[in-house]
Amino acid sequence: MFLINCPFCGEREQSEFKAGGEAHIVRPKQPTELSDDEWAEYLFMRKNIKGVQFERWNHVHGCRKWFNMVRDTSNDQIKAVYKMGEKPPVK
Amino acid sequence: MSNNLRFKTSKFIDETYRVSFKFNNKTYFGFKGDTLASALLANGIHLVGRSFKYHRPRGIMTSGSEEPNAIIQLHDNSSRTEPNVRATEVEIYEGLVASSQNCWPSVNFDIGGINNLLSPILPAGFYYKTFMWPASFWEKYEYFIRKSAGLGKSPKVADPDIYEHKYIHCDVLVIGAGISGIMAAKMAAKNGFKTLLVDEKSYLGGSSIYDNSEFSKINNQITSSWLEKEINEISKLENLEIKTRTSVAAFHGYNFLLARENLTDHLPINQRENKVRQRLLKIRAKKVITATGSIERPLIFDNNDRPGIMLSSAIKRYIDLYGVACGENNILFTNNDTAYETAMSLIQRGIKINAIIDNREQIDSKISYEVEKNNIKIYKGYTVVDTYGYRRINKISIMKLSKDGQTVIGDKTKLNCDCLGVSGGWTPAVHLFTQSGGKLKFREEDQVFIPNVYPSDQISIGSCNGDFGLEEIIKNTLSSIKKFLDIDNSEYKTVETISGLNQSKRNIWLLPSDKSKGKSKSFVDYQNDATAKDIKLALREGFRSIEHVKRYTTTGMGTDQGKLGNMHALGIISETAGTKMGEHGTTTFRPPYTPLTFGTIVGRNVGEFFDIFRRTPIHDWHVANNAEFENVGQWKRAWYYPKDNENIHQAVQRESKAARDSAGILDASTLGKIDIQGTDASEFLNRVYTNAWSKLAIGKCRYGLMLNEDGMVYDDGVTTRLDENHYIMTTTTGGAANVLGKLEDYLQTEWPELDVYLSSVTDHFATISVCGPNSKKIVSKVIPDLDLSDEKFPHMSFKNSKIDNIKCRIMRISFTGEHSYEINIQANFGKSVWEKCMEAGKDFNITPYGTETMHLLRAEKGFIIVGQDTDATLTPIDLQMDWIVSKKKYDFIGKRSLYRSDTIREDRKQLVGLLTENPEEVLEEGAQIVADIKKSPIEMLGHVTSSYYSPNLKKSIALGVVKGGKNMLGQKLIIPMENKNINVTVADPVFLDKEGERLNAKL
Ligand SMILES: [Zn+2]
Repeated sequence: MFLINCPFCGEREQSEFKAGGEAHIVRPKQPTELSDDEWAEYLFMRKNIKGVQFERWNHVHGCRKWFNMVRDTSNDQIKAVYKMGEKPPVK
Repeated sequence: MSNNLRFKTSKFIDETYRVSFKFNNKTYFGFKGDTLASALLANGIHLVGRSFKYHRPRGIMTSGSEEPNAIIQLHDNSSRTEPNVRATEVEIYEGLVASSQNCWPSVNFDIGGINNLLSPILPAGFYYKTFMWPASFWEKYEYFIRKSAGLGKSPKVADPDIYEHKYIHCDVLVIGAGISGIMAAKMAAKNGFKTLLVDEKSYLGGSSIYDNSEFSKINNQITSSWLEKEINEISKLENLEIKTRTSVAAFHGYNFLLARENLTDHLPINQRENKVRQRLLKIRAKKVITATGSIERPLIFDNNDRPGIMLSSAIKRYIDLYGVACGENNILFTNNDTAYETAMSLIQRGIKINAIIDNREQIDSKISYEVEKNNIKIYKGYTVVDTYGYRRINKISIMKLSKDGQTVIGDKTKLNCDCLGVSGGWTPAVHLFTQSGGKLKFREEDQVFIPNVYPSDQISIGSCNGDFGLEEIIKNTLSSIKKFLDIDNSEYKTVETISGLNQSKRNIWLLPSDKSKGKSKSFVDYQNDATAKDIKLALREGFRSIEHVKRYTTTGMGTDQGKLGNMHALGIISETAGTKMGEHGTTTFRPPYTPLTFGTIVGRNVGEFFDIFRRTPIHDWHVANNAEFENVGQWKRAWYYPKDNENIHQAVQRESKAARDSAGILDASTLGKIDIQGTDASEFLNRVYTNAWSKLAIGKCRYGLMLNEDGMVYDDGVTTRLDENHYIMTTTTGGAANVLGKLEDYLQTEWPELDVYLSSVTDHFATISVCGPNSKKIVSKVIPDLDLSDEKFPHMSFKNSKIDNIKCRIMRISFTGEHSYEINIQANFGKSVWEKCMEAGKDFNITPYGTETMHLLRAEKGFIIVGQDTDATLTPIDLQMDWIVSKKKYDFIGKRSLYRSDTIREDRKQLVGLLTENPEEVLEEGAQIVADIKKSPIEMLGHVTSSYYSPNLKKSIALGVVKGGKNMLGQKLIIPMENKNINVTVADPVFLDKEGERLNAKL
């Protein structure tokens, strides 16, 4: 079980959090302008990397805040956590 | 006989405290401090079980948690019975009852033993190959296979014991209290680290605590004396917590470990009352020091599994720790020096050693010379080629090994013995290290896997790190702990060691025999009866990866996870396939290290705490009024209220008729309630619901449908505008938490510019819904001050009010199609207001109804239930709810998906009403819907989602989803059931009062 350093609360057990899929996918501002393929790209296509992955997490049993996490999926090392809207601190 | 086997020299055994116990229905005696295994051995009993596949007689092989054979059933046929317990780990107590497993009718005469004679036809994969065909026969085979090839029996009644969970946070966790663990714990605690030291045994010190040999000394003291002083010193340290009888089961990432602490298993049953039996420790350690030691390897030779064949180190432990001789005519068989330590222990007590068989040609160590001085014959460069004796070993035959160790040469010599100690060197116990994600490396010199890459802040020390010599252990422990803890003071000045052992070893994974190929039975996995031959067969059949060979041969798949034989399996694979060790993978050790009881895993979460449920503020009233409950999410909701001897059907018919004829009352407190505030609240609702919200006037309510971004219906409910920037949203009971999560997600991540705040207030309010033609009269009695006229308080509107000076919110909304009111009041007043309504409704036959009637009433009106009539594959268009999708709004969640090529298909499943040809026939929910039953295969068009007998319409009604159903109005379809086909007609999903006359009737 990970220890996750919530950017708002500090270090907490993984069981307090919920994973929310790939990060940095912005909802299109004008969905109606998009073709089916373009919309499908936003809606369905997600990466599933073995290695460093950018993810969204929610401190659902804590402050309820969403934030981003950089995690190496091959060994579960958390490289960074940062607030929504911020640029990833690592590449 | 037993008198000759017990030596009164052990300080670990209390000879003044005699303990009686039963094994296989016979009473025996042992002493306090004995394990079941040591007590049985003291009584001359080696044969304790039968093997899994061939039912061969098996005896106690080890003295610890690695035991593969001596697994027994404790307290058979009682509530405390426990299967698959290792006799080597059970501390005896007065009243202990144990029995052999896996043998019928008895351990001495076992019918399954015939499998041993059949063994040429029971090779690896036999079950897979034989019982696959014909497939329909499997059920017949299975019965017999399960009966003859099982381990212990599971208990049949509730466990009377108490278990619990406990969190422990520490700076340093030390696993294993042998020499290196004790030293590490002392160094950590004395340097200010909050330290926890755990060991699976009941005593500290590991195998060194009974090491009284002159051949291993520390600072010129016998090892055990030096260690006793150390233990005495650390037991006084404030910073150090010590837990014995505590076995680490799992080592997860981020230094999160699970351990089982055994608290009462060693006590007589009558002293266990009201005490916690076992405790699951959830340990978060900043740093972990693994000092789990090593496990002696057996040797793999023909018939190496007879009772009386044991690990050499186990024989030493039994004599030194328990004062028990395992045999009177011993032979030791080894490829390294450690067996000579066992020899010295036996010699010291005058126990006869007939010979030592050593694979090595050259032996050059002080201890071996000392053994030779005692006139013990050592056969150098020899190997055991066979063993004899059915229920106990009585003879071995030995031959000389060829130079390359691959064949045997010369004459065969037979030697008598009643106990054969084997030592194939040592395997570091890296199980926990690999569980944590650590990577191993193979050390060629002595053929061991040792820790290489650590995935977290941890270190392995002592023999689990591949340090086997006393000097090496102490030197490396000191230097690596200093570095690991970043400390200057090691707490140890100079530690001088003397050891008479030499680390040389002649490693031969599979020892040769004079028998022709394929005739020998050399066991690699004792518990699962996997032989070297099976592994070779698997390789011939094309298996390469160790994980595949393991599954095919079942090597290492037993409750012991192959702690003894896995290394040999790897060795035989690499030798046979001509590859490097580890090239085909090392096997993965999975938690738990030793099996855990279910009790430990669930802890206090039993009975009503197994799955905690939520009660509404009116719950007690429902209980008092005979309600049956159903689980909705975590809630207990009143399902129906049977009167007299009504069944569910009769109760629901009565309740739903009363609700339409006069008045019904429902506890709707479980509906999710989200308080929404902020200057952008209206805009926010516009974006999350499919319909328009900006024009909703203050004091008005509106039904909303929420989609996922893929266009599928996600949740629904009524939202009320309480004020300019203040709304209260209701959600489905089961969806409340997810809806809040989803709204927060959009608010925080997509639209952070919106000024909106969300709060869950589900638990803050009790919600009472009063419906029916007399609802108005009842509510006006409860709240006389409130003007309920249609002009002042029309359908879909809200009023603030007070009941007995307590603020409440009244909504005129309806989920039944009847004139109805919803009273929301601070939760703790819920029950009294409910009772007020009941009192006020007495004259109108006010009838409490449960969720089943609610479902029926809404189905009559064709109102959907999200999650029952929908399943995340239906759009609002599929539900024929086009009216709720705004054409004007530029965007809302899921809008773009409503005209994807897939969602605009005409032949999607769509919600329809279904009427049976026979109005008395009620369909089964979930039943398939078809059009043509002659076609093969029959095309499934959809399924029934809701179905009831409506007392108000006096006929059966149903909702269902049907491909292209929207255009099938009036068409005949068929519901094929097991014994009949039911004819139905597609109908409008609104069965009752489509015009809404009941809702708008002047009351
Ligand atoms: Zn937080």
